Order: sequence, then C-alpha cells, then structure tokens
Amino acid sequence: MTVMQHIWIVLGVLFVLLNIAAGLIWVERRLLAMWQDRLGPNRAGPLGILIVLADTLKLFFKEDWIPPFADKWLFILAPAIVVGSVLMSFVIIPFAPQIVVADLNIGLLFFLAMSSLGVYSIVLGGWASNNKYSLLGALRGASQMIAYEVFMGLSLMGIVMLTGSFNLGAIVAAQQHTWFVFTQPLGFIIFFIAGIAETHRLPFDIPEAESELIAGYHAEYSGMKFGMFFIGEYLGITLISAMTATLFFGGWLGPGFLPPWAWFFLKTFFFIGIFILLRASLPRPRYDQLMGYGWKILLPLVLVNLLVTGAIALCLRG
Amino acid sequence: MSALFYISSLIAILATIMVITRYNPIHALLYLVVSLMAAAMIFVTLGAPFVAALEVIIYAGAIMVLFIFFVMMLNLGNTTTLQEKLWLQPKIWIGPSILSLILLGELIVLLLQEKPTPLPVTVVDARKVALSLYGEYIIIVELAGFLLMAGIVGAAHIGKHRKKHLHRFLQEEENSHGHPPASQADNAKQIVDHKEPKSIV
Repeated sequence: MTVMQHIWIVLGVLFVLLNIAAGLIWVERRLLAMWQDRLGPNRAGPLGILIVLADTLKLFFKEDWIPPFADKWLFILAPAIVVGSVLMSFVIIPFAPQIVVADLNIGLLFFLAMSSLGVYSIVLGGWASNNKYSLLGALRGASQMIAYEVFMGLSLMGIVMLTGSFNLGAIVAAQQHTWFVFTQPLGFIIFFIAGIAETHRLPFDIPEAESELIAGYHAEYSGMKFGMFFIGEYLGITLISAMTATLFFGGWLGPGFLPPWAWFFLKTFFFIGIFILLRASLPRPRYDQLMGYGWKILLPLVLVNLLVTGAIALCLRG
Repeated sequence: MSALFYISSLIAILATIMVITRYNPIHALLYLVVSLMAAAMIFVTLGAPFVAALEVIIYAGAIMVLFIFFVMMLNLGNTTTLQEKLWLQPKIWIGPSILSLILLGELIVLLLQEKPTPLPVTVVDARKVALSLYGEYIIIVELAGFLLMAGIVGAAHIGKHRKKHLHRFLQEEENSHGHPPASQADNAKQIVDHKEPKSIV
C-alpha cells in the first residue's frame, strides 16, 4: 500500500463517517416517527433529508456563547475530546479487506483506551460549565462510564481467548466459519449493553436525562459546541455498531453477491437501527438501578463467561 | 523511533512540571493525564505496546477519572485556588529548586560519562507479558490479588451502612404508632434531620 493510497483511505473513512453521523440525525428522527405513528421531518428535500443541512446551518449561525462563570479553556476543550476520541477509535476497524487505517496488533486495547478517554469530555464539560445540573450530569456520567468500561473490556476477552489476538483483522478472519455471536452469545449481549451505557444513549442517557437534569453535562453549551457533542453521540453509536458487527457478526465477511464493504455497512446499519429502536421503546432506569444492575448482574455474568470460555478453549486444545 | 522517544519524554517532563505548579486541582490533574499519556507513548517507542495500552486504559482512563470525580465532588472552587496561591509563593520554590538543580547537574555529569548506547528495542507482545506474569512472576500476581481483595473488603465495610428510612413519610408513619401526634417542634427537628445525607438514600 503506497502512502497516497493510505491518505485516500484516511480521508475516505473520515468523509464517510462524518456524513453518516450527520445523516443519522435524520435517520433517527424518521425512524422514531415511523415507530410512533407520525411523519417526522419530511419538508426539506426528498423525504426531508435536507433537515440535516438546515440543522447544521442553524447551529453554525447560533450565538456561540461561553458563560462568564465557566472555565473557558476546558469548556472549549470538552466537545473536541468526545469527537476526537471516537474518531480515533475508528482507526482500527477493518471496513473491508485492505481498507483499514491502522492494522494495530493491540487493536482491541486501542479501542478500549480511546473509549475510556472519551469519559473526559463529559466530566470536563460538566465541571467547566460551573452549573449544578451540569455537575450532577458529569458525576453520573463519570461513574456510569467507568463502571461499564469494565464489563465492556471483560466481555471482549472471550473473543481474544478464542482468536488468540487483539488484532481486529485476525478476529474477523477467525469468524470465517462461525460468527462469534454463536460461540460468545453472553459476551455479545453484555458488550452491547455496555456499549449503550458507554455512548450514554437512551435508555442509559442518565448523564443528560432531560426530565431531571435539563440536559446534564451540556446544558450550558450552544451553537456548534453543542453540535460537537451531538455529532460525537452519533459517531459513538456508529462506533459501537461497527464494533459489534466486526467482533460478533463477522465484519465484512458475507456471501459473494455483495462486496465486503456493503456487508459491513448493512450489518452496522442494522445495529444502528436497534440503537434507535431502543430509544423508542425503553424507559430510563434510575441511577442506582443502573449501577446495581452493572455491578451485581453484569460483572458476575461476564466473569462466568470468561471462566467457561477459558475452560472450553483449554479442553478443545487438548 | 528515538526522536519520538525524546519528544514524548520532553512532554512528560513539561506536563509533570505543570502538574506541580497549577493552582487549580482539576487543571493539575489534567496535566497529570497528559503526563501519563506521554509515558504510554514512551512505552510504545520502547517496544511495549501492550503496556502502553494498559497505561492509557487503567491510569489515564480510569484512575485519573476517579481522581477528577472526587475533586468535583469536593467542589473546590476559587477559594482553593486562592489558598494554593498563598501556599505556593515564588520564594517557597527557591530552596527545593536549587537543591534539585544540583541533583540534575550530578545526573547530567553521570550520563555524560557513560558511552551512549542505542535503545534496545524488542517488541514485547501480549503473549509474552502473559507468559511471564503467569509463569515467572505468578507469586507477585497473587500477592497483588490479595492486596486488591483486602482493599475491596475494606471499601465494602466502610461503604456499608444501615438503611434507616426509605422516605420521610414512612418515618412519620413509624413515629405515629403509639405516640401522640408529633408537635411542631418535633416536626421541625425531623425536617432538619432529613437534611443529613445518610438518611436520604
């Protein structure tokens, strides 16, 4: 692969991702409307898809206000961290054979490291806003994300045991015959739940919780800074969906009548759809319920999963 | 590789200096995060990507978040910053700086006497780390496990508290059994009691 090709891959991935993240705003509103038996945005452009453009223009022309009581530099830094850390995670995902930005040997750990750095955006955004509701949102966000990071990492270790590698390319190749969702069903469920909590999407949107905390950690943000949090959230959904497709559903593997990248996008969009369906159908748990559920149910389950996987892998290897 | 090593080392040193000199605790902790990430970068340049990833996941991503979490809960505002400013006046720096500069000079002299050798870079992957952890150093791993278990038990013991009242209405119901209706003063006292954090669970 020449340097030029590499640069094209980087630019292409960035272009596609940012467009998907923006387009998801429309997809989510239309899908929610469909499930709730109403129309949703359908005025601007075909099927209302230009609502994305209108929204972006509106965000750009809003007053970009930094509260005088805020910690100015951290206030500016926080929305950049969320987008930066999520975009960095996409570096290791193989979109198709040969189309991957960096084929790292520690790919999976890199993903976990970046998602654990993403916590700082919520924490710093909430603290720098110097507002009670923001601070409460930030506290909730920090504890929720730290807790669920543990289960997210542990749920993936079963796959690492079966593959013998942290490399995502090797993990996809190991699913040539059976997807890991069949050999690691528990791992899949826990990873997906932890992924929802990690992207703080509904039903686990406890850090923002409009009905209790106004908007939680981004209550003070306006204009494009708020837009960055927004885009970061949709990028996070795309990331978790893409990781689920790659790790448990064979990534770009699929029957030959579609090209590999098409399989990858189909699988990813299926999980994005599930994310949106969850938002349409589930109520938000209470904060202590969320934490208790994590530490009392998910942690023992994930440890049992690891133990059983290890035992079976040892037996099969002889 | 060695240019990357020197750049990240420089960043680590600068960030650590900033940690010591910041007045605001959150800013200091953020520089500490930067310093840890620079340390992770140093590990990568020395051929230990696995340790680097763990450094970011555990130190920068979990432990420092907890530190920031507690600083946020303590709600250290401008008063703390002013206090730190009072404590860290320039004249306080003079003594320690001179002494540590002398030590730095000694270190430089020692380093200059050594012949420069290229950094030995052998990539240590996760498998090698695992084999040495669970082979050669198994006792240390187990001892660390003991220590962590003791920490968890201690934390669980401190965190355990008897739940007294779920809600103030339940308590009022409890009080009204076999007692004359509470007087105005008692009510006021109860309300004050409920402002204590441990009864609101």
